Amino acid sequence: MALMLIKFDMKKRVKLAQTVWFMYWFAVMAGVLVFSMGLFFKIELRKRSELMDNNESHFLPNLLILMGLVACGINAFGGKVCYDSLDPSKFVKWKPMLKCFLMVCVGFNALLLVTALLCFLMRIPLQFTLAEGLKNGMKYYKDTDTPGRCYMKRTLDLMQIEFRCCGNDNFRDWFEIQWVSNRYLDFSAKEVKDRIGSNVDGQYLMDGVPFSCCNPSSPRPCIQLQMTNNSAYYSYDHYTEELNVWKRGCRDSMLSYYGGLMNTIGLLVVLVTMLEVAVTIGLQYIDSSLSTLVNPEDPESESEGWILEKTVKETFTDIMDKMKSMGKGSKVDEGGEAAVATVS
Amino acid sequence: MPFMPVKFNLQKRVKLAQGLWMIYWLSVIVGILLFSLGIFFKIELRKRSEMMDNNESHLVPNLLILVGLLACGVNAFGGKVCHDSLDPIKFAKWKPMLKPFLLLCCGFNALLLLTALLCFLMQFAVYLTLAEGLKNSIKFYKDTDTPGRCFMKRTLDLTQIEFRCCGNNNFRDWFEVQWISNRYLDMSNDLVKDRVLSNVEGKYLMDSVPFSCCNPGSPRPCIQHHLTNNSAHYDYDHRIEELNIWTRGCREALFSYFSSMMTSIGVLIIATIILESVDMAGLKYLTTALETMEDPENPECESDGWLLEKGVKETFGDLLAKLKTLGKTNQVVEGGDSVSIL
Repeated sequence: MALMLIKFDMKKRVKLAQTVWFMYWFAVMAGVLVFSMGLFFKIELRKRSELMDNNESHFLPNLLILMGLVACGINAFGGKVCYDSLDPSKFVKWKPMLKCFLMVCVGFNALLLVTALLCFLMRIPLQFTLAEGLKNGMKYYKDTDTPGRCYMKRTLDLMQIEFRCCGNDNFRDWFEIQWVSNRYLDFSAKEVKDRIGSNVDGQYLMDGVPFSCCNPSSPRPCIQLQMTNNSAYYSYDHYTEELNVWKRGCRDSMLSYYGGLMNTIGLLVVLVTMLEVAVTIGLQYIDSSLSTLVNPEDPESESEGWILEKTVKETFTDIMDKMKSMGKGSKVDEGGEAAVATVS
Repeated sequence: MPFMPVKFNLQKRVKLAQGLWMIYWLSVIVGILLFSLGIFFKIELRKRSEMMDNNESHLVPNLLILVGLLACGVNAFGGKVCHDSLDPIKFAKWKPMLKPFLLLCCGFNALLLLTALLCFLMQFAVYLTLAEGLKNSIKFYKDTDTPGRCFMKRTLDLTQIEFRCCGNNNFRDWFEVQWISNRYLDMSNDLVKDRVLSNVEGKYLMDSVPFSCCNPGSPRPCIQHHLTNNSAHYDYDHRIEELNIWTRGCREALFSYFSSMMTSIGVLIIATIILESVDMAGLKYLTTALETMEDPENPECESDGWLLEKGVKETFGDLLAKLKTLGKTNQVVEGGDSVSIL
């Protein structure tokens, strides 16, 4: 009792082959889309890898790129087979490969599903990488003369401007580190000496933030220095002032950006998986319907198509039996060899 | 003596029709491209219209949108004619329309040429509008409480950040306007009173710039206040400091952005004109080849195709003669009318 049996005549077979061919070309474009999304994600990670300590995992984008390429190849081959399926002479050369090809397709679909799952799960390691990387990024903000770190200031400034965020959790993170390079501090000035002497690490700490934290929507010119000192500015109360600097922390901003990107990619991969399953089923129908022609010489004869030759349970038990017999076959071989060894 | 005659047999005609059909579809895609470029240009102008006093001319993008739509329509029609030209029955219904269609294509090409010229010439208008608009924008930077101008600060800040520029000509433009709102100035403070009284118009002028002028690539934290006072900052010389704030003026930055956009659009339009001319030539050859078949019943017979039936000079002379006869007919009719009145 085959699974989902359908009767086919010539017209239906032709229609099926044409539809599945069309769907295969759609699937090739979907493969190209997955490839380009992987590439885009990789580029986005690379752009900001300085802020993640160059420690970020490129596993997911690489997997996406690979899956996109494999999808293109498999679907192009499948489309070619469909195109040839209407011509019996051409189809004959593809027939022996079809069963293996369908197995490969099923495996590929499972792999696609795993990729989609990874897209949703890899958000968690990314969160930790971002937290660590941003903390170090802020620490190295002032090191514009240290080779290898001289662009950290620019990267961090541009990121705070673009993502509209300030600091790691919020703007007070800037109060806890020295973000002005020692080259621009006048160590003979009393004020500077006082500040450096006032803390254990000898750092020049201020209640100020870099200019990139400023919010352009604020109605007053940006207040970035002496932020907690209400008397330093006219009509200023730092407890109620909300529009002056960005309130959000950069870890939250970047995580929501990358999280959204990964969610979208994951959703896309799920849709591509569904398309791939559909074309695999279509190809299976084509294969089975062309194998069961009532009269092989007459192309207009009727035939049947199915997804599985027997029911799910029977197919499963068949596979288990095959695996057992393969295991027994190796045991018999070993036994035979041992007997031969003992005899001689 | 026809102008550039070519002999055609059936195969050549079929090849010409097919090739021309493909070129027409390419032209439709180019038409869509022109339309979308027109929309993009319009959106960019709208985005920055606050910088231009809402005074900018939308002539070029509107013309581009119109031309793009016309191109799509004309080329789609041409493609349909080509597709039908191989079937004598279908072609018969298009035959009478072809001469006016070719004249329409000529007119369309002239319109394209005008648009390309405008793309290059309107850049001067954009420059002048930008200069005036930016000057006013800087003046209204502080008016964040005036309805209609409350977003000028934000727009100008975002523009300076995005285009990496400061002020109109350079950053010193900010020294000449008051860019802090009076709401945030303590008028009872002596320092503030001194500054306000020190100039004729009673403005609070400073040698400072807004934060959006800061260059993130500078190795030291941004110096935006007391820019001309070397002793206010450690190890600072304002004459040699180059990386602190953006040195380019926003008028130059914005103008180079719009000018490069308009130049590329102009170049694309010129390429479109060439493509359209090729289309017209091909269509003319196709129609003449189909008209001059020696034996209309036999599709495989030979035929001639040409661009102009007579030479260029003769065609031109004919046109002038036609125009003159049109003028003369009017005069005769008027004379006839006046006679009948009498």
